[in-house]
Amino acid sequence: MLNYAFRRLLMLPVVMFALSLMIFGLQMSLTPTQRLAAYAPSPDFLKGGQDSIRRLIEQYGLNDPFYLQYGRWIGNILTGNLGWSETARQPVGTALTSLLPATLELVFIAFVPGLLLAIYLGSRAGIYLNRWQDHLIRFFTIFGWSFPVYVFGLLMLLIFYSVLDWFPPGRLSQWAQAVVTSRDFVRYTGANTIDSLLNGNLPVFFDSLRHLAAPVITLIYVNLANMTRVMRTSMLETLRQDYVRTARAKGLRRRVVELKHARRNALLPVVTIAGMELAYMMGGVVITETIFDYSGLGQFAAKSAANLDFPAILGFGLYFAVVLVVLNLVVDLIYPLLDPRVKTR
Amino acid sequence: MKALRYLARNPISLIGVLLLIAFALIAIFAPVIAPTQEFQMTPYDTPRAGFLATPQPPSPEAIFGTTEGQYDIYYAVVWGTRTAFKIGLGVVSISVLIGATVGAIAAYYGGVLDEILMRIVDVFMAVPFLIAAMVLTALLGKGIIPVTIALTTFGWMGYARIIRSEILRIREMDYIHAARSYGASDLRLILLHILPNAFFPVMVLATMATGSMVLSASALSFLGVGTEEGYADWGQFISYSRNWIIGQPGNPFQYWYTLAFPGAAIFLFVLSWNLVGDALRDILDPRHSH
Repeated sequence: MLNYAFRRLLMLPVVMFALSLMIFGLQMSLTPTQRLAAYAPSPDFLKGGQDSIRRLIEQYGLNDPFYLQYGRWIGNILTGNLGWSETARQPVGTALTSLLPATLELVFIAFVPGLLLAIYLGSRAGIYLNRWQDHLIRFFTIFGWSFPVYVFGLLMLLIFYSVLDWFPPGRLSQWAQAVVTSRDFVRYTGANTIDSLLNGNLPVFFDSLRHLAAPVITLIYVNLANMTRVMRTSMLETLRQDYVRTARAKGLRRRVVELKHARRNALLPVVTIAGMELAYMMGGVVITETIFDYSGLGQFAAKSAANLDFPAILGFGLYFAVVLVVLNLVVDLIYPLLDPRVKTR
Repeated sequence: MKALRYLARNPISLIGVLLLIAFALIAIFAPVIAPTQEFQMTPYDTPRAGFLATPQPPSPEAIFGTTEGQYDIYYAVVWGTRTAFKIGLGVVSISVLIGATVGAIAAYYGGVLDEILMRIVDVFMAVPFLIAAMVLTALLGKGIIPVTIALTTFGWMGYARIIRSEILRIREMDYIHAARSYGASDLRLILLHILPNAFFPVMVLATMATGSMVLSASALSFLGVGTEEGYADWGQFISYSRNWIIGQPGNPFQYWYTLAFPGAAIFLFVLSWNLVGDALRDILDPRHSH
């Protein structure tokens, strides 16, 4: 098992290499002037007229053959210089690390309740197969899945911001933003909810929750269907096992068998899909963040992609590859803890 | 027969099938339901009634109202059905072809070739889908062909994996050994004996993916890299509603029609594909029979 996990880890450099090659290939379709931005340490670098730009193109060898340019570029990245992002107007590394806490905050607050809800609904649907509860749950989840994220998001804005004025867009209200950026407020993690609690500032805490509510509800609802579906199928499978029949035959009550014996074992496939789902959310809250003007990695990535800001795109791609490999690894390591049979294989 | 009995027992799935048929009819009869007008380069250019910046509510001339810039919402919703079918079916069928080819080669020849192809699949899987599609569309330019290319480039991997595992499973079955023993060629084995049996799992995946690819395409339009300005495309029209959906103080629902009609169209379209895919999965999965 560990051996397998180790092999997965070895895949990381290979994936990253291929990814960088892919993104570099796309980048090469731009003109040397456009690509110059990737080497700029600051915006002043590009101010200096045509001559200076031509000189810089020569200096950085942007007319050199592909492999030379790629080698230099990858060398830069390996030394930790991800380049300058025009979109964020700061180095890519700085932009990514400053936006990561916001996205992690949003994703985890949405992921945990979403997972629990999916487990609850999925096991219910499995127990009540083809009865009205099953149909209702299926319709409810497929309904959410069919919503384009932005249509659902716009509806949330219309109802909870425009009509009720409960959940405004953005990350914080102006007064709270002023508190957070003031000198007395210590930034421990960069996540507003955690920092405000650590600083003992409850008004800011509630303000950040108010801003998180709408994107969190959106994320939970549009992503509910997959995990619920897997839980339902897995529950159906488990309920047919001999040990469930045995437990029933011993005279245990149906509910006890269903919830205590069957559901626990039915959770296993959900762990795998949950890992995938979490990875997908960490790389895919693009639209949710854009709709609610929540400045995190997703919004940044979307802006960079639309602007063809390649240093930023590559930075985001590398971040996502790491997330994917790490989460797969975590799932691989958790699995034997939950299912002792995996170890012996 | 089994499918019909299933539909009779599952009214929700039946709704999905009926919705899909309705959308197909709208797409086929689009020129009748929303006749083209003069001065259009293609039927997909939505006609506009002036250049006024604020959306106008439904009226006898524009029964679903108009967007900012006065594009006719009714026309775009009707012709957008064709766009949705084109993108959804186009992306999925090309993806299935690529995926099936890669998966079949990997499974049948195995060894180093299999390893290389599957690692390529891994790499594509590690790419953030929407962002990658955005970048490629931004490079290729606007329009439904660039969108289709972008979504296909980053969307074929699932089929390769399924086809590969199905072939590996089926290859060891007795009837394949029998076919080989009377001298069937590799190509014949794959095309005539193995692939048809791997068809159903792929069909379920493809049906579900059609809806989600239409969602992704519309997301590209929404994020500003999809179809051209004024192209009859639901995502494009929903993005026009973005600045208006908050309404005005005291009247939050003033511009409801800018979101309601294109939003409902894409929602129902995707819903119908998902319901049909879900039903197919149940019908083809023996675990669900009682």
